[in-house]
Amino acid sequence: MFGSIIDWIDQRIPMTRVWNMHIAQYPAPKNFNFWYFFGSLAMLVLVNQIVTGIWLTMNYVPSAEGAFASIEYIMRDVEYGWLLRYLHSTGASAFFVVVYLHMFRGMIYGSYQKPRELLWLFGMFIFLALMAEAFMGYLLPWGQMSFWGAQVIISLFGAIPVIGPELTEWIRGDYVISGATLNRFFALHVIALPLVLVILIFLHIIALHEVGSNNPDGVEIKRKKGSVAEEDKAKFKFHEYYTNKKDIVDAIPFHPYYTVKDIVGVVGFLILFCWVVFFAPAMGGFFLEAPNFEAANPLKTPEHIFPVWYFTPFYAILRAIPDKLLGVVAMGASIVVLALLPWIDRGNVKSIRYRCGMHKLNIAQFVVTFIILGWVGATPQTDFKTILSQITTVTYFMFFVLLFVYSKNEKTKPVPERLTK
Amino acid sequence: MMKKLIIGLFALLPSLTMAAGPSVPLLEANNDLTDKASLQRGAQLFMNYCLGCHQMQYQRYERTFRDIGIPTKMGQEQLIFDGSKVGGHILNAIETDDAAKWFGAAPPDLTLVDRVRGTNWVYTYLKSFYVDESRPFGVNNTVFPSVGMPHVLQELQGVPTARFEEVEEHGVKIQKVVEITTDGSGEMSDDEYDQAARDITNFLAYVGEPSRLESEAIGYKVIAFLIVLFILAFLLKKEYWRDVH
Repeated sequence: MFGSIIDWIDQRIPMTRVWNMHIAQYPAPKNFNFWYFFGSLAMLVLVNQIVTGIWLTMNYVPSAEGAFASIEYIMRDVEYGWLLRYLHSTGASAFFVVVYLHMFRGMIYGSYQKPRELLWLFGMFIFLALMAEAFMGYLLPWGQMSFWGAQVIISLFGAIPVIGPELTEWIRGDYVISGATLNRFFALHVIALPLVLVILIFLHIIALHEVGSNNPDGVEIKRKKGSVAEEDKAKFKFHEYYTNKKDIVDAIPFHPYYTVKDIVGVVGFLILFCWVVFFAPAMGGFFLEAPNFEAANPLKTPEHIFPVWYFTPFYAILRAIPDKLLGVVAMGASIVVLALLPWIDRGNVKSIRYRCGMHKLNIAQFVVTFIILGWVGATPQTDFKTILSQITTVTYFMFFVLLFVYSKNEKTKPVPERLTK
Repeated sequence: MMKKLIIGLFALLPSLTMAAGPSVPLLEANNDLTDKASLQRGAQLFMNYCLGCHQMQYQRYERTFRDIGIPTKMGQEQLIFDGSKVGGHILNAIETDDAAKWFGAAPPDLTLVDRVRGTNWVYTYLKSFYVDESRPFGVNNTVFPSVGMPHVLQELQGVPTARFEEVEEHGVKIQKVVEITTDGSGEMSDDEYDQAARDITNFLAYVGEPSRLESEAIGYKVIAFLIVLFILAFLLKKEYWRDVH
C-alpha cells in the first residue's frame, strides 16, 4: 500500500530520485569535524527565524505610532509572545554566530578554492542578504537604537558622490527616517529578503552538491573514473549521478550518517541557544541593546550609537578612516575582498593542515583582528581605540595581501593521498 | 617611527581605562524577583509616590496583581486610585503638554526604565537625591545630574545632604559628592529607606520584564530535556557510525 503511494507520486514528481540524489545516496567525506555543523545549524536558525517571524507578524503593527507599543504588547499580552520575540531576536544573533563560524570553516579548509568558487560566491551573497535582512529587521522595534542606528547606516549612502543625498531619500522614502521608512523596511524584511535568502540558499546547496563537499584534509573524494581500484572505493551505495562520472573514495551517504550526527550538533546548539533565550535574552546588551527599550525619539540622540555586535567589525573599519567616503569605501571593500578569496588565494593546497606556517600565522592574526575590530566598533571611541582600529583595519586587509603573495610559491607539507582518519 | 608609535600607544592607554563606565559608581541593588512581599511593597510605593507623574503605559493592573500575588479584588480596592478598570493599563491623568510645561520635560514612562537604565542604576538613583538650592525643585541627583523632578520620597528618607570633596578628573579639579546623609526627619530609618528603594527597584525590574520568572522556570525544564536528548542523540550517532569506523 505504502509502496504503491510512493510509486504513484514518483511517476508524477521525482520524489525518490531527489531524496536519493541529495540525501540518502549523496556522497559526503567521512571525516567532517566540529566545523561542519554550522551549515545545518544555519538552516535550523533560518527555519526558526521564519516560523517565529510569521507569528510575530500576527501581532506586530508596522507603523511609527504603533510599532514600539505592539512589541510590548507581544512581550506582555500575547500568550508566549515573549518567547516568540526572544527566539527571533536571539535567532538573529545566532544566525551571525553560525554564519561567521561557517565562513571561517571555509577559510581554514580552503573550501572556496577551485572548483568551489561559485559556491563561495553564493555564500557571500547569502551573507549580504542576511546583513540587509538583519539591518531592516532591527528598525522594526522602533526603539532609540533602531532609529538612530538606521539613521547612521542610511546616511552612509549619502557619502556617495553626486547621487548620495538623493539616494538616501530614495531609501528612506522621506527626508528623515519616518513611518514610511519603517513600512518599506517591514515589507522588505518579511517578504522580499526572506525570498531572496531562500532562493540563494537553494542555489548554494545545488552548487555544493554539484561539486561535492570539501573536508578538513582538503583532499578530493571524487577521483577520475577508472583510476581507483575496486577495493579502494567507498563501500556504500551512492547515486549513479555521482558514480557514473567519478570514482568515489572515503565517502559515506549523507543520510543516515550525517543526519544523525547533525542531530547531535543541533541539540548541542539548542542547549546554548535556549540558555540565552530563557536566561539572558539581552546577552548583556549585545543581543538587545538597552537604549532600544526606549521608543524612537527623533529629537533625542542617544549618547552612543552602535550597531548590533555582528556589524561592529565592519563599522570599526568605517570609523577608523577619518574621511566619510573613504570610510564607506573601505567598509565595502572589507566585504568585497572576502568574496574575492578564491582568486586571491593562489595556492594548490586547500586545508590549513598542510599549508605553510605563514598561512597559519596569517589566519590567526585575522581572527585576532576581527575580534578587536568587533570590540572597538561596539564600544565608545577613544583616541587609543581609534589608533587600534586603524592598525587592525590595516591588518584586516593585510591578510589578503599576504595571502596573495605567499600562496603563489607556497612551501606546503605533503598532502595525503586519502583522507586521514 | 616604530618607537614613536609604541610610545604613542602607551601614552594613550589611560584614555582607554577612563572611558569605561559612568563617572558615578552604581550601588548593588541586590533585589530578588521571587520576593513577593518586596514586589508588593514596591507596587504600593510606586502607586503612591510615582504614578502621579510616571505611567506604566504598557503594563496592566490585573496581570501585575496576579504576578506579584495580590488578590485582584484587594488590588482593585487598595492600589487603583483613579477608578481604572482592573484590566486596564497603569496610566495617570497627567497631560503630556502640561507636564512638559511644569517640569521642563514630560516625566518618562517607567514600564521599561529598568531595561533602559539597568537595575543598579534605578536603585542608585533612588538613593542619590541631595539638597541643591540651585535647582528648581531644590534637589539634584548624582547619577542624573540636573534632574527635573522633586525628591518625592523625602518624607520617607528625610532631607538628604551631600558632602563634597575636591577630586581631580581628566586633569580638572571638580567638586564631587562622596557621601549623602539625611537629617533623620523622614518616617524611615536609613535601613528602612534602603529597603524601600530596593522594593521599588525590584517592582520596576519585574515590570520591565514580567515574563522573567516564567521564562527561567520553563528554561530549566527545556535545558534538562535537551541534555537528555543530547545523550540519546549522541548514542544514536555512535550506533550508526559503527559501520563507518
